[in-house]
Order: sequence, then C-alpha cells, then structure tokens
Amino acid sequence: MCGIVGLYLKNSALEGQLGQLFEPMLIAMTGRGPDSAGFAIYGDEVGDDMIKLTLQHEDEHYPWHLLAEKLEEDYDTPVSVMHNANAAVLKMEAEETPVRGTIGEFDPSIRIMSVGHSIEILKEVGLPENIAERFSLSGMKGSHIIGHTRMATESGVTMEGSHPFSTGMDLCLVHNGSLSNHNRLREELERKGIQFETENDSEVAAGYLTWRLREGASVQEALEGAIEDLDGFFTFTVGTKDGFAVVRDPIACKPAVMAETEDYVAMASEYHALSTLPGIENAKLWEPDPGKVYFWGKG
Amino acid sequence: MEFDLKKQTVREVNQALHDLPKDQSAEVVVGGISGDHNLAVGMDHPVKITLNGHAGYYCAGMNKSAEIIINGNAGQGVAENMMSGKVHVKGNASQSAAATAHGGLLVVDGDAAARCGISMKGVNIVVKGSVGHMSAFMGQSGCLVVCGDAGEALGDSLYEAHLYIKGKVASLGADCVEKEMRAEHLEELSALLKEAGCDDDPKSFKRYGSARQLYTFKVDNASAY
Repeated sequence: MCGIVGLYLKNSALEGQLGQLFEPMLIAMTGRGPDSAGFAIYGDEVGDDMIKLTLQHEDEHYPWHLLAEKLEEDYDTPVSVMHNANAAVLKMEAEETPVRGTIGEFDPSIRIMSVGHSIEILKEVGLPENIAERFSLSGMKGSHIIGHTRMATESGVTMEGSHPFSTGMDLCLVHNGSLSNHNRLREELERKGIQFETENDSEVAAGYLTWRLREGASVQEALEGAIEDLDGFFTFTVGTKDGFAVVRDPIACKPAVMAETEDYVAMASEYHALSTLPGIENAKLWEPDPGKVYFWGKG
Repeated sequence: MEFDLKKQTVREVNQALHDLPKDQSAEVVVGGISGDHNLAVGMDHPVKITLNGHAGYYCAGMNKSAEIIINGNAGQGVAENMMSGKVHVKGNASQSAAATAHGGLLVVDGDAAARCGISMKGVNIVVKGSVGHMSAFMGQSGCLVVCGDAGEALGDSLYEAHLYIKGKVASLGADCVEKEMRAEHLEELSALLKEAGCDDDPKSFKRYGSARQLYTFKVDNASAY
C-alpha cells in the first residue's frame, strides 16, 4: 500500500502557497505509507540554457561548495547552490550529460535526484510529517507538485527505493501498486542502456518511461505504452514541466480520486487527503477511469 | 442527536452509536466528515443516521437494521457485508460497493465504480447512474439494478443474482447472458425501483443472469468433493 497526492494550480496567485496547501495532503496519506515519503515540486524555473540539479548526500553537512567550485572551474560558469537539509539545488549554464559525469567522478556517493529546468525531487526514509518538516515543505512555492508516501512491499526501505523517481529532464513518477514483470523488464531495459540502482519495481516503471520518452514518445504515448507493457497493478502519477498525468491499470485495484475547482486540479489515493483544500466542498470530484491517461497542465 | 467529527474521533462516534438502545428508534446526524473511514460500521439498531460529507472506506459496513444516508460520495466498500437495513449514497460510490452483502438495500444516486456488488449474497442494489467493470462478479443472490450503463465483464462467474440494466453493457463476463424478462422479474424490478425512488420504466431494462455452464454447475464435477 502507498499513498499518492498531486496538486496543480490553475490560479497562479496561489503559487506562493503551494507547499502550504500540499503539506497536509502528504501527511494525510501517512496511514497508506508511513515508512518513506517524497515529493517533486515544480517552480523557480531556470532559463533554457541553464540546468537545475537536485542532489542529496547522506551527510547532512556535506561540503556542497567544493562540488560547486569544481563545476565552476571545469565549465567556466557560475554555479549557484541552495542548501535544504541534506539536499542541495545547483543551478548552472551547462548540458546535463557531462555534468552528471563530472559529479559521478567528483564523488560517487552524491545522489542525483533530479535534473531539469523546474523540477526538484526531495525524498527520504521516515514519517511523511518528518520529511515535510525536514525539507521545509510548507514554505515552498511553485506551480505544481506531486508526492508519495510509501509502505514498501517489493524492495527495502531505503531512500533509493522511495518515490518520486526521476524519469528524465523535468520528469518524474510516483507509483501505488506492484508490478509482476519487473525483473524481466529491467533486464530488457538494461540492454537498452537504462541504469537501475535498486531491485524496486517502481524504478522499472520509471526506467520504462525514461526509455520511451528518450525514444521520442510523448508523455501520453509513453503512458499508453505502460498500460500495454507493464504487468501488475498500478496508479501512476507523472510530473512534467507543465503539469501532471494520472493513469490507472485496466483492473484498477489501486484507488485514485480527483478534484477540480477554478483554482486547482488535485489528485489523491483517498479523498481524505483532499479534504483540507480550499473550496473542496464544491469541487468537481471523480475517480479516473481505468486504462485511461489523464493530463492537466499548461498548453 | 448530533455528532461532529471535527471534535470527536470516528471510534468515539461509532461507540456512541453502538451504545444507543436497541429497542428504540432514533435519529442521528453526523457532521464534520472529511473522508473518514469506517463511519457507522457494525450497526445493529433500527436508527436513522445521516452523514453529512464525503465518507471514506467501508462506510456502513456490516449494517444491520439501520437506515444510513450519506449526503456526499462514499469511498471503497460502502455497505460491505450489509445484513439488513438501508444505505443511501446521495453522491457517487467508489469500488466494491455492497461487496459480499447478505441483505438490505443499497441505493446510489450517482455512479458506482468497479466491482459493484462483487460476491453479493442477497443484497439488493439500485444504482441510478452507471457501474464500473466486473460488477456483480460471482454474485450469488440478490438483485443489481443499474439505470445507466455497465462496464466491462458484467456478471462474470455469476451464480443466481439477478441483474437488471437499463443502458449499455460494455461486455458480459464469463457465463453471463441476457435472459428473458418474465412477469415475476418485472414485478421484482418495479418494487426495487419504487423503493429506491426511481421512476424509470421497468420495461426499459434488460435482464442478465448466469448461463450455468461453468464448472460449479456441472453435476459431473460433484464427485470431486
């Protein structure tokens, strides 16, 4: 069992309150997932020639400035660093692939959580309320956010096994359910050059989407492919730079409820997690149909 | 009698409901509901309970004798294993509504999601909207009435439950077939529609039931036991 929550703001005037609106949604799903939690927030976008990296390290006092100095030297460009607990957000003018290489060489114990123009993924083992507090979620601003509370079934309780999983530039996945063909699919994807860090089934779903997107599929096409190629049960929420998508497997064992008002679109595993949103009493509420891809976002 | 779930826990409210005298009827209103699970479960009293708000999972589960009205949507498993009484959802119901229920009546004014009436064992269900896939799966007894459409695999592996559908059926499950609507079925359906407050014409419905061709129905297989 796991909990999924997502919030997309249609009214940009609420962007300053995104974290504040979202925090109780995440915490409300503690009963479905008390062992780890995480979220991917979109906002504070950098320019087209820039990238934004979210990095994490076991050491709360990791000397991020040393990495920044190394990157500044190698790429001859300024690097800004923002600390958040044991994570750091770096912004610089560069391409993703060489920077990943440089960071890996500099210190392989640094975890690259996300890369993009807008996304920041923060996740950790522990109770959702502790993780929200650790990363000061309530003060965060942005246009949309998706989150996950985990009750591990298919692999260990580790930061690497918790969600969201990055699936490419500004893309991520959260999953409620379990997959039965993940071992064979992992092998197939590894042959296509997708790398995996854990035995986790959801990471395979993320790897599958990464592969499909890399091959040029749209988010819609990649998710339609997932319905065909992934065996098991799932509710997925996929974060993109512009919004988020929701899809349930055709059997739809795993719950999902949606709410829409003039101000926002929200999704959660249970209505309980939506009940603190403003104007929820009069929101349009519905359950997404099985086997159908839904997308909300700009454009 | 009134309760407010912003001030009391579900456990306290359920205990207070269970402590009501069993030989008297009473009217209870519960407010402050925000998707809480297990509301008004295990009632064994002839009381009328009105729940104002959207209920979480298993609302009115195992109900016996009580009339429970939900002024909102209901989460997964509303009225699951109901024995008798009446549960009325004014909004939509999530999946597995009235699962395994033995008796009583469940009325859903909106839609019910997948697996409505799964393994139903005598309950009557009237859904004014549509139902999702695999509804009445392994239904053993009772009636499922749907004024809208039914999703994929309706009545899969059905035993003796009666299914009455007014709208389109996306597909029939294994061993489920359309059957002749005889006078006794029209009578049964009319009574249920009336009880649920529907003015739909019983003649506009089609009846579905078991073709009795699966393993369980073959007398040759009796020697296996």
